[in-house]
Amino acid sequence: MATEFEVYEHDVLVIGAGGAGLRAAIEAAGSCSVGVVCKSLLGKAHTVMAEGGMAASMGNVDDRDSWKVHFADTMRGGQYLNQWRMAELHAKEAPDRVRELEKWGALFDRTKDGRILQRNFGGHRYPRLAHVGDRTGLELIRTLQDHGIHQGIKFYMENTVVSLVKDGDRVVGAFGYDRERGRFKLWRAGAVVLATGGIGRAYKVTSNSWEYTGDGQALAYEAGAELMDMEFIQFHPTGMMWPPSVQGILVTEGVRGEGGILVNNQGKRFMFDDIPDNYKSSTADKEEEGWRYVTGDKNARRPPELLTRDHVARCIRREVKAGRGSPHGGVFLDISWIKEKVPNAPEHIRKKLPSMYHQFKELAGIDITTEPMEVGPTTHYMMGGVRVDPDSQMTNVPGLFAAGEVAAGLHGANRLGGNSLSDLIVFGKRAGEHAAKWAKENGRGTVDQAALAAAEAASLKPFEFGGAAENPYRVQHDLQELMQDNVGIVRVEEEMKFAQDQLQLLKDRAAKVGISSHREYNPGWHTAIDLRNLLLVSEAVTMCAIERKESRGGHFRDDFPAKDDAYASFNLIVKKGEDGQMVMHRRPIPPMPDELKQVIEENK
Amino acid sequence: MPQATFRISRGDSATHSEFKDYAVEISEGMVVLDAVHLVQMVHAPDLAARWNCKAGKCGSCSAEINGMPRLMCMTRLSDLDLSVPVKIEPMKTFRRIKDLVTDVSWNFRVKEKIKKFKPRPADNADGTWNMAQRDVDRVQEFRKCIECFLCQDVCHVLRDHQKHDEFIGPRFIMWNAALEMHPLDTDDRLKELKDDNGLGYCNITKCCTKVCPEHIAITDNAIIPMKERVVDRYYDPLGWLWSKATGT
Ligand SMILES: Cc1cc2nc3c(=O)[nH]c(=O)nc-3n(C[C@H](O)[C@H](O)[C@H](O)COP(=O)(O)OP(=O)(O)OC[C@H]3O[C@@H](n4cnc5c(N)ncnc54)[C@H](O)[C@@H]3O)c2cc1C
Ligand code: SF4
Ligand code: SF4
Ligand code: FES
Repeated sequence: MATEFEVYEHDVLVIGAGGAGLRAAIEAAGSCSVGVVCKSLLGKAHTVMAEGGMAASMGNVDDRDSWKVHFADTMRGGQYLNQWRMAELHAKEAPDRVRELEKWGALFDRTKDGRILQRNFGGHRYPRLAHVGDRTGLELIRTLQDHGIHQGIKFYMENTVVSLVKDGDRVVGAFGYDRERGRFKLWRAGAVVLATGGIGRAYKVTSNSWEYTGDGQALAYEAGAELMDMEFIQFHPTGMMWPPSVQGILVTEGVRGEGGILVNNQGKRFMFDDIPDNYKSSTADKEEEGWRYVTGDKNARRPPELLTRDHVARCIRREVKAGRGSPHGGVFLDISWIKEKVPNAPEHIRKKLPSMYHQFKELAGIDITTEPMEVGPTTHYMMGGVRVDPDSQMTNVPGLFAAGEVAAGLHGANRLGGNSLSDLIVFGKRAGEHAAKWAKENGRGTVDQAALAAAEAASLKPFEFGGAAENPYRVQHDLQELMQDNVGIVRVEEEMKFAQDQLQLLKDRAAKVGISSHREYNPGWHTAIDLRNLLLVSEAVTMCAIERKESRGGHFRDDFPAKDDAYASFNLIVKKGEDGQMVMHRRPIPPMPDELKQVIEENK
Repeated sequence: MPQATFRISRGDSATHSEFKDYAVEISEGMVVLDAVHLVQMVHAPDLAARWNCKAGKCGSCSAEINGMPRLMCMTRLSDLDLSVPVKIEPMKTFRRIKDLVTDVSWNFRVKEKIKKFKPRPADNADGTWNMAQRDVDRVQEFRKCIECFLCQDVCHVLRDHQKHDEFIGPRFIMWNAALEMHPLDTDDRLKELKDDNGLGYCNITKCCTKVCPEHIAITDNAIIPMKERVVDRYYDPLGWLWSKATGT
């Protein structure tokens, strides 16, 4: 087959136009030519959905906050499996990155003295999340988008990358197709930044969109990069439960930050029943103290609803299992009760949580200012991903960088709310800066045409099988059920082993999915292509989850319910072995410098 | 389980379009986008439609449902008459790519032409500004926009008169307003609004406001104030000079 593709050239190619990708592109565009490829239209990436806010220790609301406290909070939340260097850089640089957004036009909610307002969130000691009502992600992505379009960046919207292009060890571009016409394209580049987001679509109940098929993780893996911490998936405690068609859609933690409480079907506020030891000293033991905290009393401790997400999700599951759940298998989240405390409560709630108000009103017919919501855990965030150098964000593959949710390291075993949006801008900037530098130093490589032809042929396979063959949506659906039921929020060896076997069968089925009709804007075909990535990340998740025989952060094993010190000193890594099989090893966590140890000690 | 029929407009820019009926099983709480997904899964894997968030936050799933411009993910089946087929069509103001997907790239090009945000020097040594909440409130309303382009779809100047070259549409008049009313912005976009962006074409029918899924008062809060500013400056120049000189 003659391989004629449209070819584009840039110094830096960024894959993904969420917060991380856009921030990287803006940074790189300051010094070189940049292209951005994304599967959706500009401004529609997952980042747009973020609600609660972005964490940065500006100390505008409570001046006791500092990078040190933020660092210690992040490490504690991640159960000390985080790459401490990333947590350190993140805590130090987030305030500047947030302020910079204001320079580019972002309008955050304000304090009384006119500065950026910050709100409480789970696991953060002080009010730390800069926010705009409950649509912070929209503000972030729009600000970066509207600034980015004036920086000379070239955007390739509705284009999907199917493989990375290599020259020897080094990545020198990407290969993909456009959705509109289904034609293949080659982007040559000195350096490539992956900013493709997460893997939530591997599960049935998720807050994530169709884009979250683990593309970046799979692209990197195939190119020889290491994936780390793949067992750590965040199940957000509060997804919508009812009606069925909205199950999994996120209910922001901001509801609890504003005073929302979790109650079981006996009307009991159950979060007081189990407070982990390392949070006892910082958690309220009386309802009255919890309320003082959310209304800004600096001497009060936070209510247990604002404990870390992994813990809250498990408490909800405990209530449901014990028969104390809500009618549709969740528990109740109630913000309307604050009418006992605040005058004009309905108006206050609508102002603080406008999109939650609309979401429930319009999708569930529920008025959250007068009735409780039904909520339960939903697959939300991938802590694991591509392993990167903490300072430069380069992977172990030269010329390949990663930032944002697709990268691993900052969050360890569990991410704190609000630490993702700040992650995007801190490490997006770093990735852009270092990718530009790398590209300028190394120039473009040469492209292996045969590899491109093979990638094209593999992508077009489904058309050969035709519409009568296996349906890609069916395989995707079966995969989501498999992962949901067997490698979900509570895990046991047997079920995961079962999933491992089933994944092999699904792989065989996926290799034979067929599609009718032509290549133009054909979602069935797109789904068929995405399946490979979903299967690959599912395999990695399952393999690591079996290996970690303890419970920690987002990873909970019913057969090993306790944390085990033997597992505290390493991260799990998977990569493609010599024979093409997935291989796994333990990577010791680098020793932490004494200054940082002391910071953690001081903030215990 | 009960069934409902969805009459979906299919076709691409080359072939002529036709309606096809698809019956799918429906359940409590479903929205139109769920039905479209079921059709893809059961009947037509190649049915083209855009979506991302399924929660009214990204503005991808715009379409015309029974003739009304709406977000598919926020239109509940229980609000529709299911005794007759539910008609789903793409937005009409933009060229169809395929089925429910249209070419909205014009909107992105329009935005690029609008002068970007230009802040005044920082108020504080650390590079920050002070702004009161009441001063950012009105701009925050405009910044709720999810760029679904339903207002652009419904505006007769674009839809019926195809003035895409002369008129930027309600979304981008509002974008100008968001910049003009931004407490920190120092640039001036009124001349372009009047001369190049076709502000005068809008005759305040308020159709845009009616379809906005974010319930933004596009006409009252953004378009009319921009028209007033243009009038004050260009048709009442003395008044404008006066206010500029006195700072009132
Ligand atoms: C409902 C919800 C609420 C949230 N709220 C918060 C919050 O309040 N605070 C917080 O800190 N975090 C929050 N998060 C998490 C946070 O929003 C995400 O982790 C973050 O936005 C991810 O950003 P990103 O830049 O890494 O990727 P994304 O924004 O997801 O962007 C990924 C990009 O990659 C592109 N892409 C993917 N694959 C390919 C491919 N093969 N080819 C080409 N392009 C590709 C996509 O098109 C997209 O442009 C929330 C998440 C959800 C789902
Ligand atoms: S009010 Fe103006 S912009 Fe809005 S639909 Fe009518 S003519 Fe168009
Ligand atoms: S103003 Fe409203 S209708 Fe128009 S694009 Fe924005 S959200 Fe959509
Ligand atoms: S899918 Fe995002 S608005 Fe409908």
